Amino acid sequence: MIPCLDVADGRVVKGTRFIDLSDEGDPPTLAARYAEAGADELVFLDITAAPEARGTLLDIVERTARSAFVPLTVGGGVRSTADIKAVLRAGADKVAINTAAVRDPALIRRCARMFGRQCVVASIDARGRVGTSGDAPPGWEVVVRGGREATGLDAVAWARRLVELGAGEVLLTSIDRDGTRGGYDVELIRAVVAAVDVPVVASGGAGTPADMVAAIVEGGADAVLAASIFHRDLHSIGSVKEALAAAGVPVRRVPVAA
Amino acid sequence: MVDYGAGNLVSIQHALSRVGATVHEARRPADLVGADVVVVPGVGASRPAMAQLRRHGLDRAITDAVEDGAWYFGVCLGLQLLFERSEEDGAEMLGLLQGSVQRVPDSPRLPHIGWNALERVRDHPLLDGVADGAPAYFVHSFVAAPDDRSMVVAETEHGGRFPSIVASGRVLGIQCHPERSGSDGLRILANLVRLAAPDASAAG
Repeated sequence: MIPCLDVADGRVVKGTRFIDLSDEGDPPTLAARYAEAGADELVFLDITAAPEARGTLLDIVERTARSAFVPLTVGGGVRSTADIKAVLRAGADKVAINTAAVRDPALIRRCARMFGRQCVVASIDARGRVGTSGDAPPGWEVVVRGGREATGLDAVAWARRLVELGAGEVLLTSIDRDGTRGGYDVELIRAVVAAVDVPVVASGGAGTPADMVAAIVEGGADAVLAASIFHRDLHSIGSVKEALAAAGVPVRRVPVAA
Repeated sequence: MVDYGAGNLVSIQHALSRVGATVHEARRPADLVGADVVVVPGVGASRPAMAQLRRHGLDRAITDAVEDGAWYFGVCLGLQLLFERSEEDGAEMLGLLQGSVQRVPDSPRLPHIGWNALERVRDHPLLDGVADGAPAYFVHSFVAAPDDRSMVVAETEHGGRFPSIVASGRVLGIQCHPERSGSDGLRILANLVRLAAPDASAAG
């Protein structure tokens, strides 16, 4: 169970389909709260990722890493092995690479070689192809720059390629579902899980504990990521874990401090 | 804490500080003089890690410090570096313990990422107050294969079983990340401080 912190200008924000952002809080404060509540990992995505904000970002990553004793994946604006080294040194355990991998796929290989594939997360934003004329290929297309730019790449083939290049994990976000709380794209998850032999984290669309059960039991995801339902206290991490356990999914139970 | 450019020092530094340790970063051999514990963290691959250690003379400095009575605490890659050679990339390693490093045996899927149980094989002060089977966080593809199985304190299963904690005298290694394993991880680090620097621990 992985809460996601989408960070813009130093604050956790959340919008619908990566737009219409609203302020949800201070990253280290939320990170500590989620870790104590039983989050198994945290994901921190710098969604503004402006190069001039890099120094600020690293400071916030470091404060976030210090505030929670659970694993932290950081992504957003990571373009080079030097960027990755800086993010790891700031306290990240894993680095998510998204747009930069489309521009330069060999970056994944260089990072895996330098830092080990276990800390290289291929972050893929996928959008369902809409076949208006009836001859469009089915499936999902990779989009970058927060969903603003289509790449023409098939998401399933792209996941397979990035894993072959050295990614140790796939963070798979459905842009169609992201922020809608309408449920994960279970078909997308199933297709990617079948294509790769590394852990797949499902993202985009979490609305209820039942959605998370579906992503894992039906989709085959290894973990589920969610943002707004936790930021807004719509569901607790504990209640999600109870639902998962009731569905027969092994979960780490954490006694909640009184 | 040996800083050789292999990633996440911040979280383990902070976790050790939380349990009462005073942490100094060691980038040169002289930085290790007088340490109660030499902590070798590490995310990444053996060969570049060993190359970095050698470039700064830290490989020899670490083994010298241990011979002079310091404790060694290796985390993840830091455990693996204790052994003689890696089947990951053929790297020659520190060789403080006899054995090799190999891919997790019979694993359904690698890397092994996530929470998994520390199953106690024998009692050790490092696990005082930690329940048998306590969940800990792992991120790795390779594991130690010690020649002498009696050094294994805990095992973990991911497909095959592998040593998740080893201890031989003052030389300790843990495959999971205690700094990322919640309260049980902090307990293990507190036990380390109590073992290796009882005076500091009592004062803290």
